[in-house]
Amino acid sequence: MKGTLSNVPIAKELDIVGARQTGRNIATELGFSSVDQARIATAISELARNIYLYAKKGEITFQQVEGVAPVGLKIIAKDNGPGIKDISKSMIDGYSTSGGLGAGLPGVKRLMDDFDIMSSDEGTTIHVIKWLR
Amino acid sequence: MEKRLRNIILGHSDQIIKNWLVKLDDNKVTEYGSTISQEAIEQTNREFVNVIFSNIENNGESNDLQEFSEKIVNLGWPLGYLTEGMQAFRSVAIRTILEDIGETKNNEEFLSIMEGVNDWVDPIKNRLINEYSSNWTNIVSLQKVALQELSAPLIPVMEGITVMPLVGTIDTDRAKLIMENLLNGVIKNNAEVVLIDITGVPVVDTMVAHHIIQAAEAVRLVGSQCILVGIRPEIAQTIVNLGIDLRNFPTKSSLQKGFRTALEMTGAKVVSESESEGDEIENILNSIEKE
Repeated sequence: MKGTLSNVPIAKELDIVGARQTGRNIATELGFSSVDQARIATAISELARNIYLYAKKGEITFQQVEGVAPVGLKIIAKDNGPGIKDISKSMIDGYSTSGGLGAGLPGVKRLMDDFDIMSSDEGTTIHVIKWLR
Repeated sequence: MEKRLRNIILGHSDQIIKNWLVKLDDNKVTEYGSTISQEAIEQTNREFVNVIFSNIENNGESNDLQEFSEKIVNLGWPLGYLTEGMQAFRSVAIRTILEDIGETKNNEEFLSIMEGVNDWVDPIKNRLINEYSSNWTNIVSLQKVALQELSAPLIPVMEGITVMPLVGTIDTDRAKLIMENLLNGVIKNNAEVVLIDITGVPVVDTMVAHHIIQAAEAVRLVGSQCILVGIRPEIAQTIVNLGIDLRNFPTKSSLQKGFRTALEMTGAKVVSESESEGDEIENILNSIEKE
């Protein structure tokens, strides 16, 4: 079990549930604790909802990776949406352009171990990793 | 010409049925039903071919197509069973006609035979597909209604106290429904305290939290109080990680604890002065806990 484990397209609200369930199953298989499973599921939920809300379409990819720990789950959220205008602002708690709580992206950063975001007017790609400790 | 083709098909029905059943086996249509007994598959195949023939005899004016589609849907067999079955029927029918006529004189005649058979087969195929998909759509919409009915119930437990147990994923539609039911119920039941139980909600992300906060705020505006109960330890941790502020209304780990708080807020108390009365409330508490 190396490399890409699964790929879930996001196009409608129900796909968020699908992505979350896939992620939770993978996390369980990799041996994450129930608290980490909840963290991973919540992070996927946030990322998938961002795709659905702002870009309409995109995909979530799950990969098993190696690094600071032997096993890690990498989640890639990729879309071709309008992009995030001000990334540093989007990482501030309480900042939201859609009337939400504005805790999504900074929350995901705290829920996961590694967080990497790239955004331009051609789309946004977010890489997050949770290490199995 | 069409009458002639029809007569050939009807005249050779036994042979066509035999060849068709063989072809179905060759095409591995039966693979779909790996868990279904061979006997059931053979029976359905025979029924299928009878439906086709009765439609050809009656010029497509019979209702058994509808019944048969419904049966396939209820059996849970895929649409491919119907389309492959009709394709097999088409090729068997054309072969039988060509064998019956003997040699075809030219391409023109061959094409007209093809067209003639297609004129029989395609309407049947289309009707089967339409019936099948409308059956499916019907099932999906019924399930949607059924799901919606159980999605946000509000249960009056005692004078002034109501409980809303939430189970499953909360999406935008459901969040709207929760808000409406909550506010209508609070006013209808004249509730002072509403307990929202999220034990059955698998993930509390910012969207879910946002909707709960909004619902609680709306409940506060109509003069009642919300207590959020059923927060599991892992959910508590993710809420803290997300940085969601739930300080504005009380939260409890279990419905039982929340109910005690609600009793205090409404000025009621569990007393054991009179044995039977105390038992009664304890029983209510215990039964809620089981949910």
